[in-house]
Amino acid sequence: MQRTPATKRYNWRVVWLSLAYAALLITAVYGFKHQLVPSSLKYAVAVLPALPIIGVFVAIGRYLIEEQDEFVRMLMVRQTLWASGFTLSVWTVWGFLESFDLVGHVDGYWVAVCWFFGLGLGGLANKLSFGDTGSGC
Amino acid sequence: MENRLRLLRAERNWSQQDLGQRLEVSRQSVNAIETGKYDPSLPLAFRIAELFGLPIEEIFVSPSSRSSKAI
Repeated sequence: MQRTPATKRYNWRVVWLSLAYAALLITAVYGFKHQLVPSSLKYAVAVLPALPIIGVFVAIGRYLIEEQDEFVRMLMVRQTLWASGFTLSVWTVWGFLESFDLVGHVDGYWVAVCWFFGLGLGGLANKLSFGDTGSGC
Repeated sequence: MENRLRLLRAERNWSQQDLGQRLEVSRQSVNAIETGKYDPSLPLAFRIAELFGLPIEEIFVSPSSRSSKAI
């Protein structure tokens, strides 16, 4: 990522959200595994690890708003389009395969994992389109 | 879009980093514009023109004028 002030803020947000994700995931897994979660809190605790991931989506949105360098912003927009197109395509195909009992069920949170992988593909596409200039995001 | 940005920058002995700082954009942005891989927005094109004290059309080559010359 280019070292603009907006990217620095974005990187810090993602670091903190990643730490929060690790902490909340460990807490939720430990709590459920050892049956420490009361019935009334099960839904809330199960959702906890999802919150930092949603936070990363928000951080990307904030980044696109805050980034003043239009070329660098365009690179990130391209990456998110790649990620969205890739994820929608993969899960559309998977949905049909699953409907016809050709593949097993996959938990929904893998959609987010797939999207982040797509973000990486978008970075690669930027590099191919713009050379070293496009290796920003 | 073809442009004379690299020439104008070289005349002033500015690096891409120098120009980027003056325009408040990254060195990568300057490189992408100079090589014609990225067309700047109108506000950025005006900032570039004002920095060099030239009209936009003396820095950027209009794609339509190029195609009409080719005809």
